[in-house]
This record gives sequence, C-alpha cells and structure tokens, in this order.
Amino acid sequence: MAPKLPPQPPLQHSTTAVADGQSHGHAAPPKGIFRWLLTTNHKEIGSLYLIFSLTMFFIGGIFALVVRAELFQPGLQLVEPEFFNQMTTMHGLIMVFGAVMPAFTGLANWMIPLQIGAPDMALPRLNNFSFWLLPVSFTLLLSTLLMPGGGPNFGWTFYAPLSTNFAPPSTTFFILALHIAGISSILGAINIIATILNMRAPGMRLMDMPLFVWTWLITAFLLIAVMPVLAGVITMMLMDINFGTSFFDAAGGGDPVLFQHLFWFFGHPEVYIMILPAFGIVSAIIPTFARKPLFGYASMVYATAAIALLSFLVWAHHMFIVGLPLVAELFFMYSTMLIAVPTGVKVFNWVTTLFRGSISFESPMLFALAFVVLFTIGGFSGLMLAIAPADFQYHDTYFVVAHFHYVLVPGAIFAIMAGVYYWLPKWTGHYPNEKLAQWHFWFSIIGVNLTFFPMHFAGLAGMPRRIPDYALQFADFNLLSSIGAFFFGASQLLFVLGVILCVRGGKKAPAKAWEGAEDLEWTVPSPAPLHTFETPPVFHRTSH
Amino acid sequence: MRSRWWLMAVSLAASGSQAQTNGWNMPVGVTDVSSDIYGLHMTIFWICVVIGLVVFGAMFYSLFRYRHSKGAKAAHFHEHTSVEVLWTAIPILILVGMAVPATATLKNMYDSSDAELDVMITGQQWRWRYEYLGEDVAFTSNMSTPRTQISGEETRGEHYLLEVDEPLVLPINRKVRFLMTSDDVIHSWWVPDLAVKQDTIPGFINENWVKINEPGIYRGQCAELCGIDHGFMPVVVHAVEEEEFDGWLAERKEAAEQEAMGVDREWAMDELVERGESVYQSICSSCHQAEGQGSPPAFPALANNEQLINDVDWHLDRVVNGVSGAAMPAFRSTLNPVEIAAVVTYTRNAWGNDTGDVVQPSAVAELIAQ
Repeated sequence: MAPKLPPQPPLQHSTTAVADGQSHGHAAPPKGIFRWLLTTNHKEIGSLYLIFSLTMFFIGGIFALVVRAELFQPGLQLVEPEFFNQMTTMHGLIMVFGAVMPAFTGLANWMIPLQIGAPDMALPRLNNFSFWLLPVSFTLLLSTLLMPGGGPNFGWTFYAPLSTNFAPPSTTFFILALHIAGISSILGAINIIATILNMRAPGMRLMDMPLFVWTWLITAFLLIAVMPVLAGVITMMLMDINFGTSFFDAAGGGDPVLFQHLFWFFGHPEVYIMILPAFGIVSAIIPTFARKPLFGYASMVYATAAIALLSFLVWAHHMFIVGLPLVAELFFMYSTMLIAVPTGVKVFNWVTTLFRGSISFESPMLFALAFVVLFTIGGFSGLMLAIAPADFQYHDTYFVVAHFHYVLVPGAIFAIMAGVYYWLPKWTGHYPNEKLAQWHFWFSIIGVNLTFFPMHFAGLAGMPRRIPDYALQFADFNLLSSIGAFFFGASQLLFVLGVILCVRGGKKAPAKAWEGAEDLEWTVPSPAPLHTFETPPVFHRTSH
Repeated sequence: MRSRWWLMAVSLAASGSQAQTNGWNMPVGVTDVSSDIYGLHMTIFWICVVIGLVVFGAMFYSLFRYRHSKGAKAAHFHEHTSVEVLWTAIPILILVGMAVPATATLKNMYDSSDAELDVMITGQQWRWRYEYLGEDVAFTSNMSTPRTQISGEETRGEHYLLEVDEPLVLPINRKVRFLMTSDDVIHSWWVPDLAVKQDTIPGFINENWVKINEPGIYRGQCAELCGIDHGFMPVVVHAVEEEEFDGWLAERKEAAEQEAMGVDREWAMDELVERGESVYQSICSSCHQAEGQGSPPAFPALANNEQLINDVDWHLDRVVNGVSGAAMPAFRSTLNPVEIAAVVTYTRNAWGNDTGDVVQPSAVAELIAQ
C-alpha cells in the first residue's frame, strides 16, 4: 500500500498525468482487461456502470425504435405480433433494469464518496462483484431472443399466467437473469448505505449531506426492501413453470391477482428508485447555476422520505381494474393522491431556488430545468391517473404510456444526462463541448415531446397499449410519435459524441468547475485522481 | 341477418357518432357513469392546468428576470417556514376537494345491484364469449377484419380492427350486469363509450354494470396484453331499443334450439366442410394460419401433418380437450358439437389432407359428455 498522503490543496488546473488512472505513489494496476475485471476503485467501477448503462440505453432504444417503426402506420409491415411483443417487453426490461438503474448506481459510485469525503466505497470488492453481475445478467436476458420460441413476450410487468403457463420456454432464463440483476442491485444498495452511514467526513452530519447522497440513501433502503419481493415473485413463477406448483394458476387453486399484488409491491417503490436520485441530481444543479443555496433543504429531505414511505402504500393503484373491493380502491386512491403533496413541495422548492437567483443556462442547467417542467407534466398525468374512476378509462392505454415516459425519459434520463454534463469536468478534467451539448439538449427536448405528447391524445381517444396494429383514428398520433422517436434516438448520438470528445480533450476544467458549485467533490482536482480523500477532509458547514 | 344489422348501423350512426368521433379526448360516452367520469377527468385536468400555469409562470418569470447574463445578483434566502407550510396545506385541500366527487362516482360504479339482465363475458385467446345468463343464448365474438387488410393487400375499412362477426347486443335503459372471467390468461374488456373496463381473470368473476342511454354501436378493444393477437380482440356492442332487444333475444333462443337439434341429425360432408371453413377462419387461423401451414414451433402446421392425418381420434381429442402446457385451448365449452365436428372434418379434408373422414356432431357430443 502507498504511504498516506497529506491533504492536498485543491488544484486550479488539472494535470493530464492522472488522466489515465495512474496515481502517484500507488502500485500500478493490472493492465488490459484485468484492470477492469478486477478493479475495486469506486471511480473505475462508476465509469463501468455508466458505460454499461449507455450501451443498454442504446440497445433498449433500438428495441423501442422497432416498436415505433411498426406503429408508424396502421397494418403489420415490419414484424410479426410475436416479435413485436418481445420488443416491447425487452425495451421495458432493458431500460428499467439495464439503463436507468445502473446509470444511477454509476453516478452513486463516482459521486457519493466524493461528496461525503470518503476515500472509496465501504465494500470495494463487493462493488466490483455487483457491477460484473450485470453484464452476465443482461447477456443472458438478451440471449433469450435467440432461443427457440423467442424471448419474453409478456410485457415488462410479466403478469401471470401469461408469463407462466402461456410463456415461451426461455422464461426460465429470463427469471435467472432478473435474479442476478436483483442480487446486483441489493449488493449495490448495501454498499451505498454502508458508505454513507460510516464514511462521511468528520463533522458532516446526515443533515449536512448533499441531496444526491440523501436521495440515494433513501433509494438504497427502498432497494433492500423491495428487490427481495421481486426475487420472491419470480421464484414463485419459476416453481409454477418448472416444478408443478400453482401459485398463480387458478386451475390449481392459485391466484393470478396475487402475482400483481406482489409485483407492484416491488414495482411501485421501483418507480421511485428510478426517480429519487434524479431529484438529488437536480437539487445539486439548480442551486449551482442559480448561484443561490437550495431552498428548503430540510423539507427536501423530509419530502423524499415521505415519498419513499408512501411508495409502500400505493401499489394497487396499478390494479384499479382487477376487481379490488371498493374499500381498497378508495384507500389506494387517497394514498396515491397524497404523493402529490411531497412531490409538489419539491417542485415548489426548485422554483423558489430559482427566484431571485443569478441564473445561467449551461447544458446541465438546461437539462435540469427541462426535468422540472416535464417531470411535473408527468406528475400531473400521474395525479389524473390516481383518480380511480377516471383510471377505468385511462388504464392500460397510451395515456399511461405517455405518463410514465414523461417521468422516466425527460424525468430520470434527463436528470442522468444533466448529472453527466455537470460532473464530466470532474471526471475527465475537460468541459464538455458546450455547443454540442446545447444541440443535444434542444434536439432531445423536441424529440421527447414529439414522441410522447401525442400519446396522451392517442390514449384518451381509446388506444390500448402493447398492440402491434391499431384502428385508423389513431394513425396521426402514431405517425408523430414515430417521427419523434427516431429524431430523439438519433439525437442521442450527439450525447455519445459529446462524452467521447470530452474524455479525449477539450477546455480544461479547474477543481471548482462551476462558479456556483459548493459540494466537496469540487475541492479535489479535475480530473479527480484515482484516489481521493485518503485523509478525510475537514467539513465546513455551509448555509444549510 | 347481417344486412339488417348493417341498416341499423347506418340509421344509428347519427346518434352514436357524436360520442365517438372526438378523436382527442376521452369520450363523454353514453351512460351516466361515463359522463361522471368524463366530468372528473376534465375537472382534474383543469386543476392541473391552473397549477401548471402558476408554477411554470413563476419558474419562467424567474428564469427571465434573474438572468446572470443581465447582471442579476443572487439573494441568499433558503427557507421560509410559513410559505412551506402553506404550499403543503393548499395542495391537500385541493386533493380533498377532488377526492369527494371521485369517491361518490366510484361508489356508484361499484353498485351492480338490481340488474335486469346478466351477461357473462369470458375472455379467450383471442375472442370474447358472451352468455346471456338464464336465457340459453351464448356465442363467441371474433374480429371480422380480414387478415388481408392487416397485411395491406386490401384497403382498410372504416372500422379496421374494431369490427366483429357477432356483436354483443344490449338493451338501452336497462341495467345490465356483467360477470367477467377468462378461460386462459388475463384479458380486459373495454368499451370507452360505456366507461367499462374490467379485467377478466381466470378463476375470478369480476362484476361491472352498464345502463346505456342511447342506442348505437360502441366499439372497444381488449386492454390487457394477452398474447400474440392481443391487438386483434375487439369488442363491439350494439345498444338497441328495449323491444328490439326482446325480439332479438327471442330469435336467438329459437336459433339455439335449432342448433341443439342439429346435433342429432346426420350431416353431409359438404355441409360440414362449408361450416367448418368459417369456423376455422374465425377461430383457428390466427395461430395455424389460413392455409393450415402453422407457425412452428409454437403453432404446428395442420396441412400434411402425419399424426393428424393418421389418427382421427387423436385429432378430435386435441380440439375438444386442448393440449396442456401449450397454446392450444380446449374447445369443448367454447364451440358447440356441430362446430367442432365441422372444423375437424374441414381440416381433415383441406389443403391436401384428403382423408375423406367425416366426423358427425353426434359423435362429438358423445365425446364431450364422457
């Protein structure tokens, strides 16, 4: 091991010597593939997560484009319904478990130790293991597409008995893949909790932590609480398929609705797992570019915790039309409507942070502002969906598809991209090309709205989701959505280009890359050397 | 029969179309419940619009007014307890205001008591079966859009994918209770103009009800992913005046009795093949394909299928009892003995399967009775 270095003063200009991951005074890491297979460094593992997530984002995106190409006009032109169903299913699974979740874990790996002044994650080897489970899981999942009978074709929600008695033979592999991804998530969550609770810089209380750390702490508890439920439900499926049990088979005394209760008890907190860290990122970026402290830090923390607690009490709002008793409908309607309260508090806080600030519009800020507006629109449609009687009309239509894509694409994914543009100077030592990033932003914002806004109308007009062909009155909406989807998909190549260019060079970034940035990560040099905070920094309490 | 429906469709188009043709928003529909739901939908929509205008207005004002590029100096306030309490309390009040009418509507939707007619709706991959309980009238309803329109070889009609061979016929002004279940996977029976969407779940019987105010033709679709033909499982409801409905029901009862008697008589091969072809095209061809070529491995070919050609009992057993663990359902309760005999006879004598076998409805009835 290297000798302990004294605390370094922040460097104003980076040195390229550390850009290739070599840090002075440390033993040279293994070369080539083994360096990445064996790494226990939180920054390298963070990068692996992010690269993996970006790859999955494009694979899942291509699946979505197959779907949108088929729906470009009425009739069956390109694919058979069987393959269409595999595409919708795989798109959902890949985006949820392969793109969004690993992207947040990657950001957590990179940024949590830097933001709390820790030298690394608490459990570095476990960290390595939880990452490398993912390529295994998703290779297995994608390989089902090549198996006889095809891959999963029952939607990402895999409702039994369509996913058990009526499923293709590859379903057992799908279950195994999901088990592995679930283990990866649980281990990652344990690691994050251990890191946050044990390794904060001396003097940093919980209520001093940046909100990204807070939201991730709460998210990690959600993960630990619900991933085992997912594991349970897919194990029950496995038993039904292979071992003759009848958990979900009515003919054997089982209960298909039980599947949905279990799935959504996992699934609803899962939705917040995909959005809470986004709240954290946006809560870091908006104050930075408004040059003003975040308004209502404490209420942000409480609102996040409230959303997390409520997420355990609302699952059956996904099941308003399965025939729940009236009391249950009412309970889940009220509890779901309540979620609007803490979510509203967050939006009000962001807007008030902007009020009387000194605002500039760099690319991270643009994505964060778009997040606030478009996520809120997704929240509005969510509030509409919460009204149980109206949900009898909305349920399983494109209105729902529009809703959750608004909270996930310009919600979660825009927040991830905002975070990437925000922290790229810290990771690479270079600013991303601002002009390219702005083009990426404006193309994305046009593409995302063109794709998903018409879906509201298609759904209200009566178009069910997950159909490969549709009645003629839905043709115009689908045409627009398909054009938007291809436009959005293509413009994401600008993102990749921007990231690659930024890694290779660009305007040098100082340690404090953004004028208004306050958190601890901006006290280490840019690019952050492989090892940081080997001696804990002294934490000075700022305004909150 | 068909031409009469067609006439009725034209005559009702004026009254029915008004509710259906608004292509941008939720239909107001033709029941009291559907217009209540529409009202809730529009109320919550306008609440969201107003909140949106206020929040985004404040946001864009700040973005414009406090630009760094215009030399704005940042203030440093970061909390204000009374404002925070206020913007927690106001949304709660709005939500309570919204919950009250929603609760009332929901209670009404759950009250299926005092129905004058019970209809059992059974979802099957990929058709609906309707049974007028206590009336001995039952039939299945299949999509009637030809596959050639889907593939684009033929021009698509006005009601592309939303037309069926046998619509559900309901009286207006009478409370009709639906009992809903499924024979295989979960489906969801949905007609937007009636504001009825309810999952049909194997092993469960769900209830819903409708009281239609205006005669018309109301179209919908299966709303829950149920396999490859999920998109081709439309619902069509013909709502007719009460007297017309009573006449229709009596006619169907009589026809059902005729059909039941048909089981006992000897059928000629031509009759069976003709009947069987129509059954095949509406029920079997979605999986086994129009020319019996199948779509292996999930859906085996029937044309030149050695086992099928050699063993008539095996063939009949598959149709009557289904294949457990595969997609082939049991048709013993879905099709009547005449239809089963006809479709088996047809498949044994079509596409080069020249077995010359004739299966009589009486033999099928005996097999089902065992």
